[in-house]
Amino acid sequence: MKNLWFHLMPYKDLPDDFREAHPSVWVDIDAGLLDAARVHEHYNEYLDELEYAGEVGFDGICCNEHHQNGYGMMPSPNLIAATLTRRTRSPAICVMGNSLALYNPPTRVAEEFAMLDCMSGGRLIVGFPVGTPMDTVFAYGQNPSKLRERYLEAHDIVMKAWQEPKTFSFDGRFNQLRYVNVWPRPVQQPHPPVWIPGGGSVETWQWCAEMDYVYCYLSYFGYKAGMATVQGFWNEMDKLGKDRNPYRVGFLQFVGVGETEKEANELYRGPAEYFYGRCLHVNPRWASPPGYSSEASQRARVQSQVAQAAAGSRGFGGRPPVATQWEDIVDLGYVVAGDPDQVAERLREVCLEMNVGHLMLLCQFGNMSTELAQYNTRLYAERVLPQIRDLFDDRWEDPWWPQPMAEAERYTPAKVA
Amino acid sequence: MPSERTIALRGRSMRVLERAPSTPSPGAPPAVFLAGIGGVPRWLPFLDRLSETRRVVVPSLPGFPGSEAFRHLDSVYDWIVDTVEMFEALDLPAMDLVGSSVGGALAAEAAAIAGARIRRLVLVAPFGLFDEDEPNADIWAQIPAPDVLASLVCADPEHWKSIWETPEDTDAVEWQIAQTRSMEAAARFLFPFGATGVARRLHRITQPTLLARGAEDRVIPASYLARFAAGIAGPVREAVIGDAGHLVELDQPEALAREIHAFLADQEL
Repeated sequence: MKNLWFHLMPYKDLPDDFREAHPSVWVDIDAGLLDAARVHEHYNEYLDELEYAGEVGFDGICCNEHHQNGYGMMPSPNLIAATLTRRTRSPAICVMGNSLALYNPPTRVAEEFAMLDCMSGGRLIVGFPVGTPMDTVFAYGQNPSKLRERYLEAHDIVMKAWQEPKTFSFDGRFNQLRYVNVWPRPVQQPHPPVWIPGGGSVETWQWCAEMDYVYCYLSYFGYKAGMATVQGFWNEMDKLGKDRNPYRVGFLQFVGVGETEKEANELYRGPAEYFYGRCLHVNPRWASPPGYSSEASQRARVQSQVAQAAAGSRGFGGRPPVATQWEDIVDLGYVVAGDPDQVAERLREVCLEMNVGHLMLLCQFGNMSTELAQYNTRLYAERVLPQIRDLFDDRWEDPWWPQPMAEAERYTPAKVA
Repeated sequence: MPSERTIALRGRSMRVLERAPSTPSPGAPPAVFLAGIGGVPRWLPFLDRLSETRRVVVPSLPGFPGSEAFRHLDSVYDWIVDTVEMFEALDLPAMDLVGSSVGGALAAEAAAIAGARIRRLVLVAPFGLFDEDEPNADIWAQIPAPDVLASLVCADPEHWKSIWETPEDTDAVEWQIAQTRSMEAAARFLFPFGATGVARRLHRITQPTLLARGAEDRVIPASYLARFAAGIAGPVREAVIGDAGHLVELDQPEALAREIHAFLADQEL
């Protein structure tokens, strides 16, 4: 299986009373809380952490896109990925991803991803999220009623721009481009692997199956909450007659590894409580603009809420409040914490039960220091990863993994004199 | 009781509700009503009052209850053309046009661009304009709790809740989705500001116009009505209805109908 190291790039100095004194971490977060000199430090530390993860043996390193967001400071993930191409040699670089409807014209995405694939020598995984309502509808002013239509059209433009050998015209509903001929083109042919981060909508699962893309479930609430969604994905694949290749799926999990369980509890309590207590404080008015969810998804959501309410698992109307105390965070599976053997055992169970081949790990979260993030990362790489790396590889190939240029053909950046 | 029929319009089917007048006013053209946020999920007391002196015709806007399809319409231009075609399909040689809220934006646009059939215009807290210094409410960024929208659009939230009570023979989930669909349909051409660009076309509205709003409207500021009044070329009367929020027709059906009847009667003199 593949282990990827994922960064959100949170701002670490949200105040203790953030939840009480501020309306939201996202969209209308108070700019007065931001110290740009601290962000200078954050970016450089976070890049160190990503590069370190690539060094110590993670198969891939991931960045993502958020806008006007205090826990995700990568409005332009491609800038982050660009620096990673120079300072890492072997890991896949997973940009998870570019929200396609936000780029005008969408060929910008085709160009920048092609640049990254060339710069990295073919190590790029491209992610195409629709994007959250906060990012797309409110921060970027996209019409919620047209967002998905624009997304799908932008997808068609990008994929055609990479693969069509001649200059072509694209006369779409939202985009009119007379001369499409992106330059450069990706190293990976016909295109880099495409991964689709999504919620739990059946339409997204069906689309991933039809297009032969990886489906990624990137929840902050861990394996217990995510199990039903991933099972739903596999049930749909069964219905569609697709194989159960675990590499069809990516799954995000927070982890905290210590020498002992006690040490893990001590080390990761603070950063986890910071993340779940402050970083996920989002004003619910941004959560569900009409049109963002398809009518089919609305129906499915209500039906599952009714079923869950009937089963007594949660109140009618959605998810229970986010847990913000370490004991609950661990009990609910948001964070898998413990000594290396405990973490490995739990992740092995989770990956087998979910049938997940691409595990995306958050080893830095909340206000965790670089020192601790690297400690967590090293323990994982040295003592957890070897225990689970061989999962699935006796039975399945990963056709959705980058195919870089041969090591010897890849350029080594010159040392700065 | 109102009658109901369905008309096929390019790309959608449109429910038309109608009621004949109880005491016809001689020579009065029919009043066509374009509804606001949420549309007309069920026949309204306001429409009964309005039909006292004239035939009332209520076509469903795209995506609003009675006309599901709307995603074939993209631009404001598409929506205006649909509105004009809707009037052509109603085949009324002349009409008085009453538009509220979302329907008010389309009524103003239709009057500005294709006003020949429209004798008089009534705009009730119309969308269509935006002012950075005094923004209207963001109706698409509301906490998804049952009372929030009701309290935003009505002075008395029970007025909204009573027209959206699930009918006995209707699936509750589909009923809720119909309401969300109407909010999405409004967003389709009004997001993010509720503006259509009608500010640049107000000088083309030459019909006598009544501009009405609820005194407690929490959606459209009073200054927006003043901008309509200043820009419209035809004679304008303004009315503020007490104890009414944004959807005046739900909060104060009697008082709004009275204002409209008085305005139309004066214009007939």
